[in-house]
Amino acid sequence: MASGEVALKEQPASPAAQKRIVNDFSIQVATVNGSGSQSANSILLKAIFGMGIPVSGKNLFPSNISGLPTWFTIRASKHGYVARKHNVDVLVAMNPDSAKDDTLALEPGAAAIFEASLNLEQYRSDISLYPVPFDKLTAAVCPEPKLRKLVKNMVYVGVVAQILHLDIKAVEAAVRKQFARKQKAVDLNWSAVQAGYDYAAENLVKVDPFYLEPMNATEGKIIIDGNTAAAMGALFAGVTVVAWYPITPSTSVIEALIDLLKRHRIEADGKASFAVLQAEDELAAIGMVLGAGWAGARSMTATSGPGISLMAEFTGLGYWAEIPGVIFNVQRTGPSTGMPTRTMQADVLSTAFLSHGDTRHVLLLPGNVKECYEHGIAAFDLAERLQTPVFVLSDLDLGMNNWMSDPFQYPDKPLDRGKVLTAEDLNRLGGFSRYKDVDGDGIGYRTLPGTDHPAAAYFTRGSGHNEKAAYSEKPGEYLVQMQRLLKKWETARTLVPKPVIVQNGKSKIGIIAYGTTDPAIVESRDQLRSEYDIETDYLRLTAYPFSQEVFDFIASHERIYVAEQNRDAQMASLLKLDLKPSEIGKLRSILHYNGLPVDARSLTEQLARQEGK
Amino acid sequence: MATTSAPTPKVNRIGLPVLDYRGNKTTLCAGCGHNAISERLIDTMFELGIKPEHVMKLSGIGCSSKSPAYFLNRAHSFNSVHGRMPSVATGALLANKNMLALGVSGDGDSASIGMGQFVHMMRRNLPMIYIIEDNGVYGLTKGQFSATADVGSTLKTGVINDLPPIDTCSLAIQLGATFVARSFSGDKQQLSTMLKAAFSHKGTVMIDVVSPCVTFNDHEGSTKSYKFMQANDEPIGEADFVPSFEDIEVDYESGTVYEVHMHDGAQLRLKKLHDDYDPTDKVRAVSLLMESHANNEVLTGIFYVKPESETIIDQMNMVDDALATLPESRTRPSKEALDKIMAYLQ
Repeated sequence: MASGEVALKEQPASPAAQKRIVNDFSIQVATVNGSGSQSANSILLKAIFGMGIPVSGKNLFPSNISGLPTWFTIRASKHGYVARKHNVDVLVAMNPDSAKDDTLALEPGAAAIFEASLNLEQYRSDISLYPVPFDKLTAAVCPEPKLRKLVKNMVYVGVVAQILHLDIKAVEAAVRKQFARKQKAVDLNWSAVQAGYDYAAENLVKVDPFYLEPMNATEGKIIIDGNTAAAMGALFAGVTVVAWYPITPSTSVIEALIDLLKRHRIEADGKASFAVLQAEDELAAIGMVLGAGWAGARSMTATSGPGISLMAEFTGLGYWAEIPGVIFNVQRTGPSTGMPTRTMQADVLSTAFLSHGDTRHVLLLPGNVKECYEHGIAAFDLAERLQTPVFVLSDLDLGMNNWMSDPFQYPDKPLDRGKVLTAEDLNRLGGFSRYKDVDGDGIGYRTLPGTDHPAAAYFTRGSGHNEKAAYSEKPGEYLVQMQRLLKKWETARTLVPKPVIVQNGKSKIGIIAYGTTDPAIVESRDQLRSEYDIETDYLRLTAYPFSQEVFDFIASHERIYVAEQNRDAQMASLLKLDLKPSEIGKLRSILHYNGLPVDARSLTEQLARQEGK
Repeated sequence: MATTSAPTPKVNRIGLPVLDYRGNKTTLCAGCGHNAISERLIDTMFELGIKPEHVMKLSGIGCSSKSPAYFLNRAHSFNSVHGRMPSVATGALLANKNMLALGVSGDGDSASIGMGQFVHMMRRNLPMIYIIEDNGVYGLTKGQFSATADVGSTLKTGVINDLPPIDTCSLAIQLGATFVARSFSGDKQQLSTMLKAAFSHKGTVMIDVVSPCVTFNDHEGSTKSYKFMQANDEPIGEADFVPSFEDIEVDYESGTVYEVHMHDGAQLRLKKLHDDYDPTDKVRAVSLLMESHANNEVLTGIFYVKPESETIIDQMNMVDDALATLPESRTRPSKEALDKIMAYLQ
């Protein structure tokens, strides 16, 4: 029987079938890492996307190459919610080691698809159970034993498609795109999908309430991970020098960027208009970034927590000697090595004030993949305009997971290369003072090495210096520089991206969040309204220093809940540093910090509790 | 009596007086070896007619790293952080590969805190001149041993060094530097010739210059003192350098001299003073260094030179123009490129 013509028998009388749950549930695939389930999960995600249903996927993986449990969660949401869903509705239990725990963790009414030999029926009677002989089905379609581990994943794709009414044509399209020009791989994988699909139709009876039905909500949208989006930002910002050291979860920023640069930045003579260098450590990576920025290149690195700690000394030099550079910090769970493959927003304070002495750094806070791209571009403009290191603070959840997005727009303004004097400028001016505030914005003029003019050179140093860049230990000259840097900070406040504000002007309660806490807040605000009758206004931070709009928002509300993914309420602390004493008491925190992406339910309950509900 | 007009200052081949190669007044101690090295750099660049704007000076932290302020004021300079100048130089050269990079470091800056970056710069054969002003002691913090201090050498306080020294020259040869030499700040002739040749080299030039610290390490018992060097300096060969803009005359007995044709057309002639000397043989160079050290000699000279080699900059296969100043039309892909990526992601 050909796939697509079979249909799963349904149990019309079952209570589950009576209340169908359509396009609003989560699927969790539990596998062993190294088993190659990534392609299968990606196909499931893209097939649901292909049906026009808003979808998001999260990979929860161990810091390991092979053999430890890994979970991939796909959420279909007709409402467009893309945060992690608090509970799992459909489990695909492929990992014998975690199957029992995974099954016991399900809420009543959930469904479990599992390798029949695991006998999960013994643990639960209040969920829908679908035993499938995966190994047998796989062996039948895949004569090559070495490939069976991989092909087995495609069998569950077929089973899931049949049980949840996933459009098999959308699955086929996703399989073809995934394996692109490799026809043999397409054939093998597609036959595995069909085997699962047909088996389910002939042998299983649908008893769960979860259904996928076509929608029209993904038309024109793209799916991309935040790290690739950030790399695209760097590409369209015209990055020229990239120095890096591999570290999870930032590595894929550079890997994606290398691919993009090779495709788009090799000139007709075969030569590259870029340089990418893998450094010996993060100390060297940031040193190279600053060396290149000093010499006039658009330079960047990407790193995560431990790398950020190592970059502290050089970052202080960048701040004090005023050298542009862009650092993508894809945050993971700390402290120390922490949980390298889990997500968190816990580098806010350490990055904002990275290095000794009075330092502070511009942070951009992308809240979605589109902003990873847009902030990626803005970061380079800001770094050169402000002559300082600029950090883009993303996280593992945003960086390494696939997200739906509107397509990215081509930049509508040219690159801002900042205040750089040429030899012609120097002919006209006669000379310049590197660290003098000529324009009243706290930003001096610089020259690049190689500028062909006898007055072009200046001496860059991390030691005390005066307006003319000469060595100085004079208290007065030091003060002039430190205060000018503060003025520059105020200029930065006016140049960074504005916060995103959603308000009705009536609510007394404001929520402030940033980064990947955003999708959870979007959903949480709906829950608060419908379940607790709590109306909230919402401001999403997109940068530090905070724009005036942030202070206005706080001033116009009685209580402010700052939602973030760390233990120590780091962004709330940063806000308090800037607030008037009378405003500080307004701030409360709702926090999530177990390494998993934040879910709406956790935030809703915390906020409602603090509101006495 | 003839009237005297104002004397015209002597200018070099690009029309600049030596003044244009000078820097600020030194703030190092009188008699510091580092000052002599700065003087040799000034003379060398003046004589070679190097355009100051074509040079970038780079340094780390320490007495040595201050010295770029004392020569070549018309060149951009970057006094960075302790031990990590190589990374800054690497970035700067990636941004503008057409510049001449001149690094000044010290024994602490290179052999202790900076060992990590020192090693990787050599490994990449980064095209720059890297000078270690080596006095075996931390000067700015008032006299602690560095990692190049010899076993048995003493501090002024009487403390004896028990740990073996790191030989930066042996290391550099093993790691991939393509021009490795040692000199003594007091040997004007040798150092000048070496520096001239260095400016003609493509690849990492690593010159360790023993440069006595008159304040903290010039006493009896120090192996980095003027007195010790005058007694124990053992030149491995005699160098003669003919820049590319001068005619080469042959006036030596064949078989006694190594002729090295430098990348830019200059010629370096290395006359044997030592039986086993062969500046093209890495293994022999390293064993000579080890043997001489065992004999309490300080071997000086150009130990190893490989005039044609691939550098990290070559490997990057960059466009001819400096990346730093490429126009937007060459660095930002077109709207069509973005549209194509977007279509693929749908």
